[in-house]
Parts: sequence; structure tokens; C-alpha cells
Amino acid sequence: MFKQLFRKHEFIIGLILIGIIIVIGLINPKFLSLANFFSLLRSATIMGIFSMGALIVLISGGIDVSFTGIAIFSMYTTVTILVNQNYEGGMLLPFVISAFLGLILGLINGLIIGVFKLPTMIVTLGTLSLFRGAMLFFVGSDYYNQAELPVAVKEFARASLFTVDTASGKAGLHPTFFILVFLGIVVWYVLKYTMLGRSFYAMGGDRESAERAGFNILRTQLIIYGFVGLISGIGGMIVGSLFRQANPFSIVGSELDVIAAAVLGGASITGGRGSVFGTLLGIILITIVNNSLVLLGIPSEWQKVVVGFFILLGTAIPLAQAHLARERLVRQRIEI
Amino acid sequence: MENSVKQNPSLKDRMQSFIKNGNGNIVRLLTAVIIIFFLLSVTRYDTFLTVRNMQSMAFQASEIGILTIAIMLTMISGGIDLAIVSTANLSGIIAGLILTSMVPLGSPPVTVALGMVIAILAALVVGVVCGAFSGYLIAFWNMPAILATLGTSLLYKGLGTAITGGSTIFGIEESQFIGNGLVLGIPFPLILLLVVAIIIGIITRRTRFGLNLYMLGTNPTASHFSGINNRQILVFTYMISGILSAIAGIVILGRTNAMNVDFGASYVLLAILIAVLGDVDPAGGSGSVIGVILALVALQFLSTGFNMLLFRSSGANFFKEFAWGMLLIIVLIINHLSAKRRANKTIPEQE
Repeated sequence: MFKQLFRKHEFIIGLILIGIIIVIGLINPKFLSLANFFSLLRSATIMGIFSMGALIVLISGGIDVSFTGIAIFSMYTTVTILVNQNYEGGMLLPFVISAFLGLILGLINGLIIGVFKLPTMIVTLGTLSLFRGAMLFFVGSDYYNQAELPVAVKEFARASLFTVDTASGKAGLHPTFFILVFLGIVVWYVLKYTMLGRSFYAMGGDRESAERAGFNILRTQLIIYGFVGLISGIGGMIVGSLFRQANPFSIVGSELDVIAAAVLGGASITGGRGSVFGTLLGIILITIVNNSLVLLGIPSEWQKVVVGFFILLGTAIPLAQAHLARERLVRQRIEI
Repeated sequence: MENSVKQNPSLKDRMQSFIKNGNGNIVRLLTAVIIIFFLLSVTRYDTFLTVRNMQSMAFQASEIGILTIAIMLTMISGGIDLAIVSTANLSGIIAGLILTSMVPLGSPPVTVALGMVIAILAALVVGVVCGAFSGYLIAFWNMPAILATLGTSLLYKGLGTAITGGSTIFGIEESQFIGNGLVLGIPFPLILLLVVAIIIGIITRRTRFGLNLYMLGTNPTASHFSGINNRQILVFTYMISGILSAIAGIVILGRTNAMNVDFGASYVLLAILIAVLGDVDPAGGSGSVIGVILALVALQFLSTGFNMLLFRSSGANFFKEFAWGMLLIIVLIINHLSAKRRANKTIPEQE
């Protein structure tokens, strides 16, 4: 039974994660406090929301690097519109506008990729530059600070479901965590129990076969990239709110961290494999590496080396497993 | 082959067969370059057609040109090297560190020369090692090139950050010649780019390695079964890519005299854009140095044109970011449609 478990990628990543938590906790007990836990969750939530989109794209055999561009475009444009209208209402409208803008940009990606059957990474590299350039040139490039943001957006940053008192002040669980939980359950359900989810895996496994089997590839790709755009719009708004500023130069550049987390969690870059659970484990691992190496006494300059190392490790594990499985098969045949 | 059978083919015939052999994009590019050059020369003759402007364009284009040739080789092999910029930065940082520690201000010429040679050699070695490691992961671990080089680019960038502590590394006065010097009025980086282009052109078109590289990119299984050592070719390709990145790094160090791990983050996109514009197939198996150079010239003309039209305001850079993204996608679509038309045409002919 143990052997079976070791063949599961999520199990190995989970073990590594527990090992790291124990080591950091032993060296610096502060790490295991509830306050630190909440603050880690807060950083992991944003990446986690983006990672659900990255996961679906990876499963379908593509790679989308434009979602940070979509997120920043949607958030910044929404804030610009609201500020110009002197908006004073609730938080729902900002989310709706931002999600809608994201959806449109995502559909543009989907159309270009689906209609012309172009390589996804190069197309999205292009649209990343296109979206960000369009925002900076046509919408604006000055950032809105805390005083200029709409009230609802500011207030949302302080929202908290329950708080604990710590030595350094209050720490709380932010409601966006439940957006991630909800999103995770939806994506998990779609991937596991619906025909749509099957079509993602089928496409990533073998596009030609999926097409012959009757899946409408163009429609599936529009759904995938539209969905990525939609949640990027929502994620962008959360970024603007939690950091309490609309900075047009933020997030772009962090897309590779998110993709790395999904890969680390077992999503295959060549498509056809990946799970919500594994991806979230990957996100937690990368968040801990990014935030907690300092607690171990490792200088922050070495963080990128460690992240790079983990990406290579995360890619190498499934390859090594596949290699071992092949050898086992060969050995069995010889014995027979 | 056909040409040798036909006797004295007319110029028109030769042009047609040249275009037919898949060089249509090169002809299109050349036309685009000439048109843009003509338009800018007529509308902005006072600023565009000056020696100074030509020199400044050559300085800007050279380092990105060398990086594009590096990424082109890996794209021909069917992969991609996303680590070019971080390799260039790491090499430049090492070279800068050696120069500043070995050659203090006011050193005799012998020390300067020795320091320069050692710094350049060290940078090249760093480039080779970086490339070889990426190539090793791709060839021996069967890692997808995108992921392997994504990981290594973070690794090299991280190493650069760890070595410098995030601060900027400076060069010395003498090393600035590599980035800013003029030889008979020709910028030195441009000479480097031309030498690199000629050598890589010869390697890809005239050597066994080049032929094997194209075969590997077209169909790795077929090349494996025809006795080509795929792994060796892959590692070698990424090693060359690493050396070229290191050369670009030395040029950057010379030009800016200040090396930083965050330098040139947008260069990867730009290199891919130029390669695709120059008709390098991202799926592997085709691409040429001539195409890349033409695309580089076209893009540099456009870039200068935008700057002149937008009066060098900061908006020009934002507009360029927008335009490069748009251009990349339009070129991808055009190349795709023309490849499809070509495929449709050849099928009835065979029947």
C-alpha cells in the first residue's frame, strides 16, 4: 500500500511540505503560530486563485503566461473607471466589472489560440505585452494610492472573518480565502465529474484523438481561456484591494511562480495530468519558501535559487516516476 | 536540385523557385524593411538619415540580435531557451566582478589586458556551463525545454542575486569599448553581431551538426533512428546558446557599465518576437540567421520610428510594448495562414 502511495505525486509533495514545516518550526517556533499561519494563507490565497486557471490550461496541454497582464489590466481599468465616476457603493460592482473585463481579454486569447491553432505560450507572451502595453498607453500609468481608491476597495482589505489577538496586533482570516475554497471545489468538481473536465484532460492527452472523439476543441479552448480571464479579473481586484493601491506595474512577472506551483503540484506541462489538491500543495510550498526562508536564517537573496531548484525537482519527480514505472514493466515482461 | 537540371534559368524563374522553397517570408520581410526605411527616410530625413542615428540604432540592436540568434538555435531544435537573459546577466556580473577586483584604477596596460582576457574567458565559461546544464536537463532527463529553462533561468537569476546581494556591479573604463567603441565609425557590438551571425550561419548551413540540428527539430524520432545522437546535439545547442548569451552579457556590461540581475527582463519576449518575425518555427525544424537579422533590422527601424513619432516621451515605451505584442500575434497568424495555403497547394499537385 505504501508503494502505491509513493507513486502518487501529491503524496511526495505533501511529505516534502510536512518535512519543511517541521524543520522550520523546530528552528523557529514563531513559524507555527496562528498569526503566521493566517499571514501565510493571505499570501497563498492570491497565488492560489490564479493557480486554478493555470492548472486548467496546463491540463489542456497549453501554458498561459498572460494572466497577470489580464489581472492588472482588469483591476487598473476598473479602478480608473470607478474613481472617475466617484463611486461610493459596495464591493460587488468592482468585482463584476473587473471579472467582465478579464473574461473579454481571456476570450481574445482563446480566439487567437483556438481559431489559428497557434502555440499557446508564444501567443500569451504576445498578449501579455499587448494587454499591459494597452493599459499603460491608453488607460494610464500613474498609480492610485490608498487615499484615491474607492472606499469599498479599501475597506475590503480590512475585512476579516474572525480575529485572534497576538503580540504584534490582530491577525485574521480574510474572506478571500473562501473565494479560493469555493473556486477550488468548483474546479475539482468540473475536472472530476463533468464531461467538460474530461474534455480538458482529453485535449491535453492527445488533441487529435480528442477531436476525433467528438470534442469541440475551439469551444473548449474558449471556455478554458475565458475562465482563466474571468478568475484573473477577480484575482486582480483582490490584489488591488489587499495591497490598498492600484499599481499598474505590479504582479506582472510573478506568472512563472504560479505556473511553477502548479507544475510542482503534479500538473504535467505537456498536458493530460494535474489535480486541484496537488496544485494547492505546490502553492503552499512556494509561499513558505518565499516567506519563511528568512526564519531559517537563509538570506532572502537565496530564495530564487531555492524556488528554481524546487521547480526543477517538481519537474524531475514525475519524470523519474515514469522512468521507474517503465523499467518495472520491462522487468515484469522479462520475468514472464 | 531543379535549378541544376534547367539550363540558364531566367532571373524570374530563379526568384519564383526561391520563393517557392519556403523563402516567401524572407522576401516579405525584406520588402517590409525597405518600405519602412523608405517611409522613415522621407518623413524624418533630418533625424533618421544621419550617421549618429544609424550608430545609435546599431548599438541598441546588437545585444538583442546576439540573444535572438541564441534563442533561434534552441527553437530550431524544437525547444526554447528562456534562460538567455539570466545567463547573460550572470556572465556579465562575473566578468564585472573579476574586472573590478583584478584591475584597480590606474593599473598598467598589461594588467588591464590580462584582466580583460580573464574576465571575458570567465564569462564565456559561465555561459557554457549554464547552457550545458539546461541542455543536460532537457536531453538526459527529457524535461520539456520550457520548464527546464524556466527553472534554470530562476536558478541563474537567483545565483546572480546571491552573488551580488541584489546590488549593481560595475565594469572598468577599458571594458566600455566592447559596448560603446567605434571601429572606423562602425559600432564594435555590431561587428560582434556580424561575426556571430556569420559563424552561426556557417554552422547551421554548412556543417553536419547544423544538418542534424534541423533534422532533430523536424522529427526527433526519425533523427534518432537515422543514427543521430539527439542528446549530444541538444546539449551542444544549449551550450552554444549559453556562449552567445555570455557574449551578449559582456556587451551589456560594456555598454551600460553596470550589471544588475533585473536587467533586460523584456528581452526574452523581444528575442522570441524577432525570431518568430524572422520565420523561425516555434515547433522546430526551420529558421535561418538571415531571417533573424532582417527581422531585427525591421523591428529596430520601427522602434526608432515610434520614438520619433512619439517624441521620446515615456509613452513611447508603453506604446512599443503594446505594438510588439500586437505584431507578434499578427505575424504568427500570417505565417500560419501562409503555411496552410502552401500545404493546400502542394497536396493537389501530388495527385
